[in-house]
Amino acid sequence: MEFITQHPVLVVSLVKIAVLMFVMLTVLAYLSWFERKIIAHIQSRWGPYYVGAHGLLQPLADGVKFLFKEDLTPPASDKFIFLLAPFLALTLSLTTLALIPFGPATVYILGHETRLVVANVDIGLLALFAITSMGVYGVALAGWSSNSKYSLLGGLRSSAQMISYEVSLTLSVIGVVLVANTLNFNELVNSQSGYYWHFLPRWHIGPQFVGFLCYFTSAIAETNRAPFDLPEGEQELVGGFHTEYSSFKFAMFFMAEYANMITVSCLATILFLGGWLSPFPERWTVLQYLPAVSLFALAAYLAYDTVKHMRGLARIQLAIVTLLAIGLGALCLAPAVMPVIQGPFWFLLKIGLLMFFYVWTRSTLPRMRYDQLMSFGWKLLLPVSLLNLIVTSFWIIWPLLRAR
Amino acid sequence: MSLPFILFFAFAVIAVAGALLLILAREPIHSALSLVLVMISLAALYLLLGAEFIAAVQIIVYAGAVMVLFVFVIMLLNAGMEERTNWSSIAKYAGVPLGVFLLLELAHWMARAGPGVGIANGAARAANTAVSTRALSALLFQKYLFPFEATSILILIAVLGALVLAKRDE
Repeated sequence: MEFITQHPVLVVSLVKIAVLMFVMLTVLAYLSWFERKIIAHIQSRWGPYYVGAHGLLQPLADGVKFLFKEDLTPPASDKFIFLLAPFLALTLSLTTLALIPFGPATVYILGHETRLVVANVDIGLLALFAITSMGVYGVALAGWSSNSKYSLLGGLRSSAQMISYEVSLTLSVIGVVLVANTLNFNELVNSQSGYYWHFLPRWHIGPQFVGFLCYFTSAIAETNRAPFDLPEGEQELVGGFHTEYSSFKFAMFFMAEYANMITVSCLATILFLGGWLSPFPERWTVLQYLPAVSLFALAAYLAYDTVKHMRGLARIQLAIVTLLAIGLGALCLAPAVMPVIQGPFWFLLKIGLLMFFYVWTRSTLPRMRYDQLMSFGWKLLLPVSLLNLIVTSFWIIWPLLRAR
Repeated sequence: MSLPFILFFAFAVIAVAGALLLILAREPIHSALSLVLVMISLAALYLLLGAEFIAAVQIIVYAGAVMVLFVFVIMLLNAGMEERTNWSSIAKYAGVPLGVFLLLELAHWMARAGPGVGIANGAARAANTAVSTRALSALLFQKYLFPFEATSILILIAVLGALVLAKRDE
């Protein structure tokens, strides 16, 4: 107990890290469910339906499958690097989540007052880019150490794509940094508070719309998602850099890709979509009940579905999920929780929107050919990001020049 | 035995171990990865000195871009394992003692200089000498603007040189 009182910051950080890891790993697993369901419904089919009620236990089944599959290592591969690559990919993807602030409120953990972020770094944006720029190693080393033609080609293509789009990614973000005049995430979100004409939120997507488009396109290419996923296209390269990986190492690459998606979506919400700020004016305090009301509405729909359509075991499972939703909704009504949950609620809603957009583009757009991909990145996105930077700089400095 | 002290020695040991592994590894890819380890521990040492911007830029530029290109070249050229050779006699009999002598001389002059002990004891953090990005950029773009622009033209010349060298003869 004295340890907690003598080192409060360390213990509180450990608690926050534990909570964040638990939530994030669950979200990663259920992101695969989300993706499969949405792609399926866009393609007029159901997706996972039978494993749990509405396929909700499918990620669990997938996890068990990954754990019990045979773990193969190619015989002539470099064993150390073969083991290192997926660890590197997953670790770097999850580390970036420590920098993201989820809300403005302060909570009390073990008696110590703290904000909803694991590490509030002054150069948060720069540190995040530092960590994501190291993510290229996971892919390149995986491709090389598998000692196979498909893997090497896929790995090289993928890492070349990642370093190409990283340039336009960082350039499109600098416009926002110029407007907000800070690199700290909390300050970046706070600079987006306020409203144009009292009702339009002053998010950076307004003045930096071109920056947002460049950023999100570069983000989709950076995370190797469709339509930029030639390096892992099944039809062209079998599996790309993760062909030779089986069982848990493959699951790590899988999770690393989703974690990268979550990271760039978090960054997009903080930089362009106002982070944890609500789009409605602050005076509408009735919106404080929105998290609870939305959870109750979800519970009502689930209850209807349980009674009308489910039978047997699925009925019991869905009833449990309904009760869980009602419990969470009641929790959001508690006076201690209600002011704290507002920020994370809007943050998660915006991330959900961007995830939906990711999955939507995956199921809609055809894959780009590799040379088209590279020429798009270097010949179109990079000049547009530079132009955005130049125009933003002039726009900011023009009043100062005129005043001279 | 404060935390900066422990961190300084931990990262210093990792940096030296990485450097030794760089020259002693047999596979070139292992050497490249140990150089990445050295870059990362240097970035951590910069953080201990209070230079947060330099630490982040060290990782972005060195560990995240320059070393990636090294790793690409090693992969594309498929450089094989280093051959085991018997060192030449001069290297064996005169090289190692001369290297040890160089290390001892460096240690002697560094011990006389003194600021290292202060850094290890967290003097940078205690004196609150962390350089903010704002201060660094004010210095870089106002007082040292000419060297900055000259360096950028130098880099442009290097890029043009690479383009000319890589161009196929038509």
